[in-house]
Amino acid sequence: MLSVSPVFFYLFAGLAIACSLLVVFKKNPVSSAFSLVLVFFAFAGIYALLDAHLIAAIQILVYAGAVMVLFVFVIMLLNADAPSLDIARTSAALKVAILAGCLAMLAFFVVAFKRMSPPAPLGPYTAEAVEAAGGNTRVISQLMFSEYVLPFELTSVLLLAAIVAVVAIAMRNAKKPGSAGKEA
Amino acid sequence: MIEFSTAAMLLKVIGVLVVLLQVVPIMVWVERRGSALMQNRLGPNRVGPLGLIQSLADALKFIFKEDPIPGHVNKFYYVIAPLVALVPAFMTFAVIPFASSIEINGTVVNFQLAELNVGLLYILSIGSLGVYGIIMAGWASNSKYALFGSLRSTSQMISYELSMGLSIIGIVMAFSTLELGPIVVGQTGSLVESAARIWPGLAQVPFLEHIPRWGVFIQPLGFLIFLTAVFAETNRLPFDLPEGESEIVAGFHLEYGAMKFALFFMAEYTNMFVAAALVTTLFFGGWHAPGLPHLLDLAGLQGMAREWVRILLEIATFMLKTGFFLWFFVWVRWTVPRFRYDQLMNFGWKVMLPLSLVNIFITGVLIFYGVI
Repeated sequence: MLSVSPVFFYLFAGLAIACSLLVVFKKNPVSSAFSLVLVFFAFAGIYALLDAHLIAAIQILVYAGAVMVLFVFVIMLLNADAPSLDIARTSAALKVAILAGCLAMLAFFVVAFKRMSPPAPLGPYTAEAVEAAGGNTRVISQLMFSEYVLPFELTSVLLLAAIVAVVAIAMRNAKKPGSAGKEA
Repeated sequence: MIEFSTAAMLLKVIGVLVVLLQVVPIMVWVERRGSALMQNRLGPNRVGPLGLIQSLADALKFIFKEDPIPGHVNKFYYVIAPLVALVPAFMTFAVIPFASSIEINGTVVNFQLAELNVGLLYILSIGSLGVYGIIMAGWASNSKYALFGSLRSTSQMISYELSMGLSIIGIVMAFSTLELGPIVVGQTGSLVESAARIWPGLAQVPFLEHIPRWGVFIQPLGFLIFLTAVFAETNRLPFDLPEGESEIVAGFHLEYGAMKFALFFMAEYTNMFVAAALVTTLFFGGWHAPGLPHLLDLAGLQGMAREWVRILLEIATFMLKTGFFLWFFVWVRWTVPRFRYDQLMNFGWKVMLPLSLVNIFITGVLIFYGVI
């Protein structure tokens, strides 16, 4: 399935797994957020190896670049110091439970991947067809603004509704004297 | 015996790296002498002719200085933060074309390190990673002023990245590609080429057909928004709030000294160079110089000599345009005072963002009617 150099795949996959573990185990929320940035970066690397350059660029631009900066900003601003799971101080029963859970999940994935049916046929969008039609970016944009224009527009309506809701909630708080929404 | 294309690639990489590294000391000198010029004083003039070697002396000082790590910092992030700031700055230049192509013994050599089909998005995404260096530095320093600096830099970046991305949508629409090479090639045509099909009278106007189809002529509003956003992106005055010497001492790099501080310095100037090169590429025709073929014809050059002279003149054109915008950065820094924090936010969200949306709309209408 993978036609790319396995060295780079394992490099990025290993980085993604290691950093995901760091996200969970780091005690400080800001360090966790920095680790999450690296996870997104590793994902982008894997996408780029699969020749999905547009998705790779957007992954970094949107997730690593914008969403995570916002996350870090909020964490720093709120100074969130919620105590996370401290592995050294948990009880023995919990440790066993965590270990058993991890093993069960691993077993589940192994069985699931082994029993998985062969991959479905690719349909009209094979690598050669996409290349002939002018590359990844062109094909995705054409599909997005023709066949899938309704779902695309509906997504933007959903986002707009979310923005309006957030502003409404913020304004409601701002009306009360001495509330937090004012200085923003 | 390595292949010719590999050797050409290596030469290009080395050349670009050397130029990028040389830009920093030269720009530091230009900035110090330039600011002195504007403030009616002399600036550094003791080390070497016109003080040109001052930057070298400073670099030596940075290297040999003691480099202590304060006891109250988060050591890991404190040490890697300068690198996180510097590396994206160098990475972004990889997709910028600095001359057109030349054919040597049947192999076409492009003067661009990586021809990425999402070049423009690559620059935006890698450029947005640079802010993590500043955030890490401010947070790991464990000092109030430094933390203020990084908080300011995050909110500034959130406000300006959006307008910056939207302002170049117009360029992408006009040239219908995300690759920087074809964008420059698209700018080599004539400005009134498509408009003349609607109004044939335009073709009769003398001189008008010689105006190139540069981004700045077909996207004037997009250019202004992009230029403003670039100042915020590179943390230069009037948007240098993360540093803000007179408000928060030195902001995010307050706790840094010696070479680690110098790395932040290098990151800022490299970012400036990439930003200037990007403005040149997107809005001023990159390596394109109008009338260059005529000039070569007049000189009577033939064959390979002609090709090499053309490439050299194109690189010179690119450097000249980029150099102008580098000077523009210095010029603005010593002319315009710093924005206040709330002014910056208002300007980003209430002026730049609506304007960039208007720009996209206007561009769409113009393309629909075939004007550009």
